[in-house]
Amino acid sequence: MEIKRTIKYEADRVPGFGRDVMSVPGCEALEHCIQCGTCSGVCPLSIYMDYTPRQVMELVRSDFKNEVLQSHTIWLCASCYACTTECPRQIRITDIMYELKQRAIKEEVYPKRFPIPVLAEEFTKMVHDYGRISETWLVTKMYLRTNPMAALGMAGLGMNLMKTGRFSLKQDKIEHREELAKIMEAVDHENGKAKA
Amino acid sequence: MKYAYFPGCSLKGTGRAYEESLLPVMKHLGVELQELDDWNCCGATAYMAVDEGKACAAAARNLAIAEKSGLQQILAPCSACYLVLNKTQHYLHEYPAMRQTVSRALATVGLRCDGSSAVRHPLDVLINDIGLEAVKQKITRPLKGLKVAPYYGCQIVRPYATFDDQSNPTTMDRLLETLGATVIKWPLKTKCCGGSLTGTLPEAGLRLSYILLKEAIKRGADVIATVCPLCQFNLDAYHPKIAAKWEPVPIPTVYFSQLMGLAFGLPADQVVLNRGMVPMKPLAAAMA
Ligand code: SF4
Ligand code: SF4
Repeated sequence: MEIKRTIKYEADRVPGFGRDVMSVPGCEALEHCIQCGTCSGVCPLSIYMDYTPRQVMELVRSDFKNEVLQSHTIWLCASCYACTTECPRQIRITDIMYELKQRAIKEEVYPKRFPIPVLAEEFTKMVHDYGRISETWLVTKMYLRTNPMAALGMAGLGMNLMKTGRFSLKQDKIEHREELAKIMEAVDHENGKAKA
Repeated sequence: MKYAYFPGCSLKGTGRAYEESLLPVMKHLGVELQELDDWNCCGATAYMAVDEGKACAAAARNLAIAEKSGLQQILAPCSACYLVLNKTQHYLHEYPAMRQTVSRALATVGLRCDGSSAVRHPLDVLINDIGLEAVKQKITRPLKGLKVAPYYGCQIVRPYATFDDQSNPTTMDRLLETLGATVIKWPLKTKCCGGSLTGTLPEAGLRLSYILLKEAIKRGADVIATVCPLCQFNLDAYHPKIAAKWEPVPIPTVYFSQLMGLAFGLPADQVVLNRGMVPMKPLAAAMA
């Protein structure tokens, strides 16, 4: 059994993190959170989260960067927008979760073999390379990087998809892949992230 | 009536029954759909989690292609596509920095997007453009006696849609009633099905699907009607896993467009009930 400190220290904070997140367009209203817990109450996934949505909101606002970026919560968020719809302070909780996911990926602090961020990364790569998603390959890539053995458990599902004519091994692509690549490159450039 | 049609990846893959049933129904109602030229993936929930700027630019390429085609209305049947395209429109209007990044990126390939097109959901178009009266006139085989649980899922009414209520939507209820079906009242219309968590984290994802299936059966539904390829997949394809983990919950889930095709008396290859994994007994009875 691992005994860990459960109370946070002032020294755990990364001053400025909260301000920084709240300066992102769409995330500003976080400042007005009243910690009512409505978001946690309506969230269908909160029972699995290490921090509930309400707690994440306060942790962000109070600069506990490492706690939120390394949490499972942000990856468990299924983007159902129930919280955003119900929040009495019009805080776009779902969009804040997205902002946190992006930061966790950028800083490479997400749980490495956790399938959810891996799926997001492979999905993005496939859109980048082909312009379209082919579900079979996407799922295969995710399993290879996370838990190859679990792929065996999917054999039955594959058979049923085949039986109903919904299985395909074709990698779908768009015609003008160079056009999409150029657009993506231009976004990187605009964001000042162009590789030298 | 003519619309630009954005099918999205799922409708060409595991969700093909949605496209296969929706296109004939729309044609039957006199609606012309023109598939967007060389459309790309909308990015769904995954791309936004990795890079918002690129996610918006990729989605905006589709909006730009639609604007170039001269069609101002884009029909997006998949919930994820519908949400992402709408969200991108909102971002372009609300956030000047994002608008600038995206416009400059699109300009490098000679595209422009001024955000003038409207992204529409088939339910919105059916209720507000075509009208239930016109739908009614096409019915040859009313779905008498069929008890349907209308399931909207999360992403079509939240957070951007204006065509229906965010917590208690009714457009599909009214459509199904028009078809002659009995609409089951249940409180889970917009509850999350688990999304992609059914694949990435089955413990959490499958439980949400299980709850939906169980509740629909408990309320006496014969079938669940959905508007989303991911919901349909979750509620249909994972039955064996759900049965192994909890208990069998044998209720089929079909697209609302399949029920429309059924009521319109369209041929079986345009209603494509054979694409479902859970046996369609009550529907087969309605077909007979
Ligand atoms: S519902 Fe809104 S105001 Fe209430 S705790 Fe959640 S974010 Fe804060
Ligand atoms: S959007 Fe995410 S955090 Fe909000 S209720 Fe849905 S799953 Fe929970």
